Amino acid sequence: MKTHLMLAGALSLIATMAAAEDKPVLTVYAPDYFTSEWGPGPAIEKGFEATCDCDLKFVAGDVLPRILLEGDKTSADIAIGLNTDVTAKARATGLFAPHNEDTSDLTMPVKWDDPIFLPFDWSELAFVYDKTKLKNPPASFQDLLDAPDDAYKIVIEDPRSSVAGLSLLLWVKDIYGDKAEEAWTKIAPKVLTVTPGWSEAYGMFTDGEADMVLSYVTSPAYHIMAEEDDSKVAAIFPEGHYFTPELVAQLKTSKHPELAQKFLDYVLSPDFQGMIATANWSFPAKLPHDQLPEVFRNLPMPDKTLYLGEAEAEKLRGPALEEWQRAFSK
Amino acid sequence: MATRLLQIRRTPLWAVLAGAALAALVLGTLAAVTFRAGGLTGLRETDLAAIRFTLWQAAASALISCALAIPVARALHRRRFAGRGLLISLLGAPFILPVIVAVFGLIAVFGRRGLVNAALAPFGIDPISIYGAQGVIIAHVFFNLPLATRMILHGWKAIPAERFRLAATLGFGPAEVTRHLERPMLRSVLPGAFLAIFLVCLTSFAVALTLGGGPRATTVELAIYQAFRFDFDMGRAASLALVQVAISVVALLIAARATLPSSFGAGHDRRATPIRQLSGGADRVAFDTLAILLAAVFLLLPIGAVFARGLPALAELPAMIWPATLTSLVIALASTFVTLAIALPLALVATRRRWAEIAAMLPMTASSLVMGTGAFLIARPFVNPTDLALPMVLLTNAALSVPFATRILMPEIRTLQADYDRLAASLGLHGFARLRLLTIPRLARPLGFSAGLAAAFSMGDLGVITLFSDGQTRTLPLALFQLMGSYRMDQAAGAASLLLILTFALFWALDRAGHYADPR
Repeated sequence: MKTHLMLAGALSLIATMAAAEDKPVLTVYAPDYFTSEWGPGPAIEKGFEATCDCDLKFVAGDVLPRILLEGDKTSADIAIGLNTDVTAKARATGLFAPHNEDTSDLTMPVKWDDPIFLPFDWSELAFVYDKTKLKNPPASFQDLLDAPDDAYKIVIEDPRSSVAGLSLLLWVKDIYGDKAEEAWTKIAPKVLTVTPGWSEAYGMFTDGEADMVLSYVTSPAYHIMAEEDDSKVAAIFPEGHYFTPELVAQLKTSKHPELAQKFLDYVLSPDFQGMIATANWSFPAKLPHDQLPEVFRNLPMPDKTLYLGEAEAEKLRGPALEEWQRAFSK
Repeated sequence: MATRLLQIRRTPLWAVLAGAALAALVLGTLAAVTFRAGGLTGLRETDLAAIRFTLWQAAASALISCALAIPVARALHRRRFAGRGLLISLLGAPFILPVIVAVFGLIAVFGRRGLVNAALAPFGIDPISIYGAQGVIIAHVFFNLPLATRMILHGWKAIPAERFRLAATLGFGPAEVTRHLERPMLRSVLPGAFLAIFLVCLTSFAVALTLGGGPRATTVELAIYQAFRFDFDMGRAASLALVQVAISVVALLIAARATLPSSFGAGHDRRATPIRQLSGGADRVAFDTLAILLAAVFLLLPIGAVFARGLPALAELPAMIWPATLTSLVIALASTFVTLAIALPLALVATRRRWAEIAAMLPMTASSLVMGTGAFLIARPFVNPTDLALPMVLLTNAALSVPFATRILMPEIRTLQADYDRLAASLGLHGFARLRLLTIPRLARPLGFSAGLAAAFSMGDLGVITLFSDGQTRTLPLALFQLMGSYRMDQAAGAASLLLILTFALFWALDRAGHYADPR
């Protein structure tokens, strides 16, 4: 058994070396979901390799923690799939280089002028429910707070282990400010449980255990397009919904800076942007509305977008987490 | 005395190496993380709350699991019925389930829309809730009752049949049997079972979070995750990991003090058929039947629920599942081999050397997040860590199974040594010959059981693959998680069923192989 594994290792080493002789390798660190065959990774790899005469290699995992561990010895040329919850920390390392892209004509509800972190897609947080099962969904965030404790049971993600969960903290903080802890005290009885990540929470929702789940306004698009099921809908709140972009950035230490820049150009190209909607079930960062798949064009969208920005979010997340923990301990 | 001295000098090198390897894997990685962080960071008040919650839920889970396991194990020991062997194997299934699969099975039974509440509703009984501390404990009992039952059942089997016959001849009633045979056996087996379960629950993460109902159910392992992911504070993560190791070592020492060696002496290996006089009685038959029935329903219903959801999706599994399945199977078998190569020499020494026992238990105390990160830091200057993804998964999976294998082997090794040491010494049987002729045949059953556990563990573990994966190399649990992360919940349920079938098949095959290899 051991020799087999060593043999496999040796073979893959030879294969890598053979590839390295031919073409430069662009190493892209990405989250796990990104590189699975239903994620956008494989299509991106194919699309970019067709234009760059290079070998694009994804390395999947917890992107920023790994780069922080590796420091300036990181082998990443590009980090993709970062969220705004970590950009302050990422920026402070000084490991990232400017993206040099024009962000004035992005198709996002939020104006973007960050010189380092470039958004490639976005969505907004929302509570998703099944309209055939839940007859009295909340019409507003306030409605959700004021509903009787047994009106519905919601599953949310833990802000300490999930990006969605952390964004929810900021959403509540943005709407309720100093009264956020009070708001959480009212939400807490309706929270069935708190899961480590999005997958567990969404699984509990689709299994019918929970009436509502914290997800994204774009989640129903998956059910409509892939399952022809239009029963899953996002509750739209007049208070506004929290904006969550996904970001890409190049590393200062990249050995192929030109190739890295070329990749960032590719990120904003129609080719890349065109595959985001159905590969990542979110809105592309730069694609005119009329070029989106029909289902995305018809998704019910909030009138108002909330977004705190990186500095504010970094300042609030510690205190917001403490409020959240206190509210759930009552 | 002379033989004692001889043994001290002859601590096998292999055991020393195995112990050192485990220490390096657990403590070395912890040291690497601490070093990288530039030292340990102080704990916060919320960390102390996490430590308190972790301790009491682990203690409660272990206590309840052990208490419930005693009647079940006794019933399985006393009764003979068709399908008994299969039932014993099946009852072991929850222990080897991947956490997330088991949690979904439990929710299908005990959840808001679950079978139990559906059954209670017509009687106007208020729905029960699986969310909160009680949910964490139900899940931990679900996971660990089978382990406790198996360990205690092994204890019962280890009482020579002659003892029961003697008891019957002497006209013992149930009380005397309990006092002279069962209680001493339990005193030698229970502390180990309690300890093993306590340690499993100590490092629980996904169960506590998913069923805990909120931040009140924060365990130390989650606090470690938070320190890494939320605060990027590796110093605090290392401090918490150190606390976890310390708690485990204290628990280990307490359990060692509470354990009495069993001293029944060697029997003639007669098949232990239950003796009517000792185990008859309509009330005892009824009690045993009830214990077996309840345990079977509690343990098998959630698994049935996972199948009910997943089997229809088996046919629609995407092609990438198959290479991932093959990878998982290869890793599982290789990791089983490594587990036994580490656990057997350590267990043989551990009955006489406390250090070997502590070394064998070390992996259980480790935070897999700290272990993976530390290994990453150590490997990084020399190789690209993603090239090490599969060997690392193999090694950590093997290490995580060593404590169980050692725990399962030790009581039997103690008996073996008490019964045969003198005979073997007088025959000059030692070294490889002793291993081949005496040790391995007499340990075939616990070895098979350990191998089954190790393989199943490895199949279900998500663990460090997420730290080392390059995205293309997948194990079956990782593929399952990727399916869930891409909205493909039905296919994920199918993958869960596949994982369940393969895991159980591996466990069953290795466990059975142990039974067949046993000369008795």
